[in-house]
Amino acid sequence: MRRLFSLLLSVAAVAAFAAPAAAAEKLTVYTYESFTSEWGPGPVVKKNFEAECACEVDFVSVADGVALLNRLKLEGASTKADIVLGLDTNLTAEAKETGLFAPHGEVSGVTVPGGWSDDTFVPYDYGYFAVVYDTEKLKTPPASLKELVEGDPNQKIAIQDPRTSTPGLGLLLWVKSVYGDQAASAWAKLKNRVLTVTPGWSESYGLFTKGEAPMVLSYTTSPAYHMIAEKTDRYQAASFSEGHYLQIEVAGITANGAKNPLLQKFLTFMTGPGFQDAVPETNWMYPAGKTDKPLDPAFDKLVKPAKTLMFTPEEVAKNRKAWVDEWLSVMSK
Amino acid sequence: MSANGHKSAAVQLDDVAFSYGEATFRFDAAFPAGAITAVMGPSGSGKSTLLNLVAGFEAPQSGRVLIDGVDVSKAPPAARPVSMVFQENNLFSHLSVERNVGLGRSPSLKLTADDRAAISAALERTGLAGKQKRLPRELSGGERQRVALARVLVRDRPVLLLDEPFASLGPALRADMLDLVADLHGEKGMTVLFVTHQPQDAERIADHVVFLEDGAIAATGPARDFFAGTGPEAFQRYIGTQDGRSRDVARKPT
Amino acid sequence: MHSFRRNDSRITLGVLALAFIATLIGGALVGLLAAGAGDLSGAVSAFDPYLLRVARFTLWQAALSTLLSVLPALFVARALSRHPRFFGRTLILQLFAVPLALPALVAALGVLALYGRAGYFAGILSSATGSDWPGIYGLSGILVAHVFFNLPLATRLFLEALQAVPTDQWRLASQLGMGPAATFRLIEGPALRQALPGIAGLVFMLCITSFTIVLTLGGGPAASTLEVAIYQALRFDFDPARAVALTALQIALTAVVVTLLARLGADMTGESSLSVAPRRYTTPSVAGTAFDAALIVAALAFVAGPMLATVAAGLQADLARLVGEASVQKAALTSILLAFVSAVLAAVLSLALAMARRALALARRNGPRSMLEFFTDTGAGFVLVVPPIVIGAGWFLALRHLGSVFGAAPVMVAAVNAVMAMPFAIRAVRPAYDAASERHERLAAQLGIAGWNRFRLIDWPVLRRPLATAFAFAMALSLGDLGVIALFGSDSMQTLPYLLLARMGSYRTADAAGLALILGLVCLLLVFAADRLGKERTA
Repeated sequence: MRRLFSLLLSVAAVAAFAAPAAAAEKLTVYTYESFTSEWGPGPVVKKNFEAECACEVDFVSVADGVALLNRLKLEGASTKADIVLGLDTNLTAEAKETGLFAPHGEVSGVTVPGGWSDDTFVPYDYGYFAVVYDTEKLKTPPASLKELVEGDPNQKIAIQDPRTSTPGLGLLLWVKSVYGDQAASAWAKLKNRVLTVTPGWSESYGLFTKGEAPMVLSYTTSPAYHMIAEKTDRYQAASFSEGHYLQIEVAGITANGAKNPLLQKFLTFMTGPGFQDAVPETNWMYPAGKTDKPLDPAFDKLVKPAKTLMFTPEEVAKNRKAWVDEWLSVMSK
Repeated sequence: MSANGHKSAAVQLDDVAFSYGEATFRFDAAFPAGAITAVMGPSGSGKSTLLNLVAGFEAPQSGRVLIDGVDVSKAPPAARPVSMVFQENNLFSHLSVERNVGLGRSPSLKLTADDRAAISAALERTGLAGKQKRLPRELSGGERQRVALARVLVRDRPVLLLDEPFASLGPALRADMLDLVADLHGEKGMTVLFVTHQPQDAERIADHVVFLEDGAIAATGPARDFFAGTGPEAFQRYIGTQDGRSRDVARKPT
Repeated sequence: MHSFRRNDSRITLGVLALAFIATLIGGALVGLLAAGAGDLSGAVSAFDPYLLRVARFTLWQAALSTLLSVLPALFVARALSRHPRFFGRTLILQLFAVPLALPALVAALGVLALYGRAGYFAGILSSATGSDWPGIYGLSGILVAHVFFNLPLATRLFLEALQAVPTDQWRLASQLGMGPAATFRLIEGPALRQALPGIAGLVFMLCITSFTIVLTLGGGPAASTLEVAIYQALRFDFDPARAVALTALQIALTAVVVTLLARLGADMTGESSLSVAPRRYTTPSVAGTAFDAALIVAALAFVAGPMLATVAAGLQADLARLVGEASVQKAALTSILLAFVSAVLAAVLSLALAMARRALALARRNGPRSMLEFFTDTGAGFVLVVPPIVIGAGWFLALRHLGSVFGAAPVMVAAVNAVMAMPFAIRAVRPAYDAASERHERLAAQLGIAGWNRFRLIDWPVLRRPLATAFAFAMALSLGDLGVIALFGSDSMQTLPYLLLARMGSYRTADAAGLALILGLVCLLLVFAADRLGKERTA
């Protein structure tokens, strides 16, 4: 029994020691896991900002953007977060509704496709959804969403569930923005090409790299990882003539955080090179602010969408449930 | 309690009622202190139930169980001045002979030097010297029951309940064991209730006989009356038609 | 037969264990209800036609999975029990604990590596069927993966039940010259039948709450479970009332099935006696042996296949670098610590419940079962169908006003994992405890051996082995946990599966495969250690 107790203590201690001392000035950043993992932007961002501000950055990370918003809802006004980094534009309307966020004040140097004017959230990177395919399995990838929908049902694609996954919701919105009222019949056709609908991106991408499906729903930037980190051109994104759906990742200040003197400094830092230079090759997205370093040449080879598709956050918030239900009724037949 | 006292205590069932499923029992009997009483009767007549009521494994629905004049009806088994030897499962199979006996002294097996001496003596007395370290599975059936008797010795309680403890032993061995019980009784003078199916066993050591039928006491009396052929008719029928052998001696598979 | 049990300390312990479990589950539901009471519309609107379809599919796949896992497991366990000594038997049993520790995604990929469109068998299957092998997406894929998880589990639990059969019965069987059929009908059958409702219920509960497997292998949202709807209600819609309503539906459906299953069982109270060394006396015939061997080999192949695929994928990773990484080492240590603490707690909980159940059953004799007794037995198992996300979110809501939620994280993760592992542990512990009690109850009462003394001197030596089995299961389950940790985990507390999914989520599939291999090895190591712990000390 004593041994059990001391073990419990030591487990608790592991957690306790990991919490930094409260002495120095501190900024608490809530974000998602892949941001803070050692190969993500987190470590670089922390190092660079701490050198600049002589303060301490405390990351708290959860699974993904949706979990991030939920964590915030769960914690309510008692949240320790000063800044929440990692929501996307499909979540911002809902995030605003919580009343937990404060306006961000003056921020300059942000460029995202279609421009940016939100007073609460500040973008830090963006990317486009795309169908990524295996060049060894698929010689002629679909050149449009229409070709994807109407193509050979034996060439399968792995997609994600819009009820549980951000890219899954992305595809749903993409199809909606292209097909409008005809989305349901488009899904009815596409359904035959869908190998399976996974709960998250990881599962479908895993199936894809295992060779189970020659196509997967991912990002235009996905091939950059394979080209830079794995030195292979095997996986490429298909360029769709209707355009690609845009995902913008943003940060927001909490009401508590607005009082933190470090905050404005962090926002400036976030949109500057100290942060932005890390984005392309750690988060595998496009930087939304000023960079000092040019992008790796691999990024030049990526699909550049002819047209950017995006609903406003309000449209998404208003229609998400109805659209998901529509998707569900077609797909579950 | 002292290890040398010649103690005995009368056992009395004061209008005890008990039921189990469909079977109902009603016992009103006194067992004289310091005597060996054989409890006999057909299968299902309530012999084991009677012992269980005395031992505290069963609680009477009404009536009282008195030992040495004290009402123990509500006392848990271990708190009663009673030791019991069962037909089987008297030993913990993973504990050595010594430790099995030691449990009679201390349920936590924290044994003093006196305890150890008493255990050695008891093992010696029951013919188990040199087998202290054996495990039950390394013993014969008779030896296992000797271990149980050794534990009775070190426990030293004024009442001993024997629930067919030797039913599965051969005649010669059984006779030996009965003599051992008689000797121990001679030394300690405890009150013994002895359930058996074998008239010759009862005849060999019992002073009294209590005969049960249909969940109640049908007859009681001195053993010599019962076995002299002058006992109650029901008893005569029981041993007569059985020719001294119980029809259900092998009732329990072993 | 023993009536003086009303103040039995075992019942007190059981009540304490139940109180702990009830607090953990109840606290969470109260937390959610308090937050969601304001708006019940979501809870009401949840019950739409789609939900009915989902509920139907949930039940259907769970029932089929249970049948396909439990039925073969009966025979595999019987085969293993008939051959108590052969080369590799221990290793097989140890391997059988590993699937539980694998995250569902790893298992799904392992299964697909064999039976998928690009799997090892795709070529053979394509030429056999004359067309391109379509993979096992759909119900078949779900079933294969569920059987992969649950067949080994059920086998080990059935084996535990068979090993609790008193030696005398085997002796009697051989003495009476019973053939295999008669032995099965008269001895193995009843023992298995007694264990069947509990084990089938357990497997059913695991399958009814399946999430990743069903979605990934199911082929589309037609194959979905209530668990997904609960997850969605909390994650996307953040509708606590709806989550609670769906959880209640899940519990109710499970209760119906478990009640039906209970009718299959028989209350067998065998007379037992002094047990000699566990030993079988019947010598199986050559044909019987061949049949048993084929069964064991088939089960092993089925279970080991996806594991081997996982190993093969893992070997492609840069294992030396992975093992050298500080984050991997820290995650491994955290995993082992958490799993150990959870397993100890699970073993304690299950023992307390098994003891209390036995004490209550003895006290009531033939009378009707009390609610308390029900809860110490099957009832406690229902924690399995309360999704971890519900417990996590509920406690989050309840604790948020009480300071640091993260401070409570390790305690919460260990506690929830322990409670989730408890129903497994109880299946391993209960038959052994009941059998031991059958032998020792009167003697212990007579000699006044109770409480700690009884545990130390009487129960512990007999329960070492089943407790070790329980411990191994609990540890494997906690090792593989992702549900609880996902909500409470933070950067200071990353476990191996957490790290694995994180790597998977950032393109590092090779790393993830390597981590899966490491996770499997860690699990095997822990199971091995637990087995050693359970071996009787040689006197």
